Amino acid sequence: MHDDHDSGHDPRRERFRAWLSQARFFAEEVYSSRYRGAIARARRDEDDLFMLLVFSEMMGVPNPAAYYTLELQPLLLERFHDWHTRMGMERSPLDHFRCC
Amino acid sequence: MSAIVLLVLGLAGMAGGYFVYSKFIAEKIYRLDPDFKTPAHEYEDGVDFVPTNRFVLWGHHFTSVAGAAPIVGPAIAVIWGWLPAFLWVVFGTIFFAGIHDFGAIWASVRNKAKSVGALTGDVVGSRARSIFMIVIFLVLLMVNAVFAVVIAGLMMNFSSAVVPVWGAIFVALIIGQLIYRRVLSLPVVSVIGVIALYALIGIGPSVPIQMPAEVAGFSGNAVWILILFGYAAVASLLPVWVLLQPRDYINGLQLFIGLIILYGAILLLNPSIVAPMVNSDVPAGTPSMLPLLFVTIACGAISGFHGLVSSGTTSKQLNKETDARFVGYFGAVGEGMLALAAILAATAGFASLADWQAMYTAFGAGGVNAFVEGGAFMIHNGLGLPEATAATLLTVMAALFAGTTMDTGLRLQRYIFQEWGEIYNQQWMKKSAPATLLAVGSCLVLAFGAGGADGTGGLIIWPLFGTTNQLLAGLTLLVITVMLVRLRRPMWYTLAPLCFLLVMTIAALLIQLRTFFNEGNYFLLILDIVVLIAAIMVAMECAAALKRTRAEMAEQGD
Repeated sequence: MHDDHDSGHDPRRERFRAWLSQARFFAEEVYSSRYRGAIARARRDEDDLFMLLVFSEMMGVPNPAAYYTLELQPLLLERFHDWHTRMGMERSPLDHFRCC
Repeated sequence: MSAIVLLVLGLAGMAGGYFVYSKFIAEKIYRLDPDFKTPAHEYEDGVDFVPTNRFVLWGHHFTSVAGAAPIVGPAIAVIWGWLPAFLWVVFGTIFFAGIHDFGAIWASVRNKAKSVGALTGDVVGSRARSIFMIVIFLVLLMVNAVFAVVIAGLMMNFSSAVVPVWGAIFVALIIGQLIYRRVLSLPVVSVIGVIALYALIGIGPSVPIQMPAEVAGFSGNAVWILILFGYAAVASLLPVWVLLQPRDYINGLQLFIGLIILYGAILLLNPSIVAPMVNSDVPAGTPSMLPLLFVTIACGAISGFHGLVSSGTTSKQLNKETDARFVGYFGAVGEGMLALAAILAATAGFASLADWQAMYTAFGAGGVNAFVEGGAFMIHNGLGLPEATAATLLTVMAALFAGTTMDTGLRLQRYIFQEWGEIYNQQWMKKSAPATLLAVGSCLVLAFGAGGADGTGGLIIWPLFGTTNQLLAGLTLLVITVMLVRLRRPMWYTLAPLCFLLVMTIAALLIQLRTFFNEGNYFLLILDIVVLIAAIMVAMECAAALKRTRAEMAEQGD
């Protein structure tokens, strides 16, 4: 029986661990790399709806949760430009909310 | 003739192609540059554009392009004898498929990783792009219909595979959840998945499920086709991570294990080939070998479908331009190896010539069944696995490949319908469900229209599928050739395969046109005419584009 301290320095065990983590890296790459794009796009579609919810009040769409979503606006500011361009609006759609 | 000799000859030929010919092409024709900034680096976004390790990328590329087609095509084509199929697979891989797949990656990488469809528009012209879209639609239509027929046939003939094939879907669903919820690490999940799949294969022969010959007025085959399309429609609407992603992964693992088992069995058993070298006694109704051989074996020798994978996904992840040779050319070699295994199984896996002839009673009759039975014979005698288990293993391999291709094919077809909804401003067609219904409907029409209400004659369209696939390959080769002309480099290495393909495809279409007319199969006659028109348009587009580009270059040169 080895204790933890010893096993940490056992070169064979180290090598096995390195090999295992390499195997895990390869397996994960193989599993995910082909579908990364499709999954990211599906997630973005959901996020787009969320953006619309958060910014809806400013565009004249009544939103009962406006009081809460207002808090989220600064957090989503970074994504705002990407979002409005993706939605087919070259410039910020909001008069008082400049973007680009 | 010993199967090992043929195996070694084939592998040596393909290895020579990789080490000598592809090196020459990489250095002198495509002139790959290790310092070129690939799109994966230039547009790196962590989503689509990700520089990827070349071995991982090769694994992806290979498992995406290898499917049921390199098994079905060669297994049908050995009806003309083993030599023609063998030569076309080996030389096709070396001089056609390798150059095509490798070139498609190169062309895409040099053009911001655009897809071949977009490249056809940019490099050749917008008219060529429209033809491209039509050909893609035809390929998808035929691939879905023909694979449904293939799987239905397998389910009817090998009832022991029903439980493992459908069980594999549940295995995929479960491992998808385990991975998504990060319950276990991926290597552990992989091992569990593979064990579960092979356990299912093990119990398959003890729980056979036989579809009754007739259910509610439909034949057993037709019922399987309907079930398969029902499944594929649902599967293509699910998010990719739920089913498609884990299914692809398990399939990839299974492909490598299956190839190792098959090659191992051949090496241990060393069966002799019982099929004739060139079959002078082909069953009545078998079409002429020339040109039909070249469209019967598409995947495994050259396939346009690979260009879609090369340019759509692989090119966005290429780390260094020089990796294109390994990923593209060696990917084609991998597929050639699968086709070679299929040829050997379908020619050497029989006890005698009479047994082989009993299998190949008509054109299209042998096919994937010959692969399964021949392969099972070799695995049983070579590795000692019970014959029923071996047959189940190979049936599951073929059916899972065909099934995954159907999932993806139907999904892609749905996108095309949705795009048409966008172009022609049809709101209803833009939605997923109606677009999927249209896709399934069009495939069902083809699956039943081709072979009557029992759905057994669908393999008649196999060569027609080959022709559309070759046309797609022709368009990709045209893009590469035009690029080479613009760069003032030798164009013969891509132009010669292109001309050969077009001549063979058009000749095959004309011969089939006569056959369909004589048989009074007007449905396929019309389909043949549509493909023929597309083929002639592709040929004229090639001539026009090359003439135009050469004239441009001559003007610039003055």
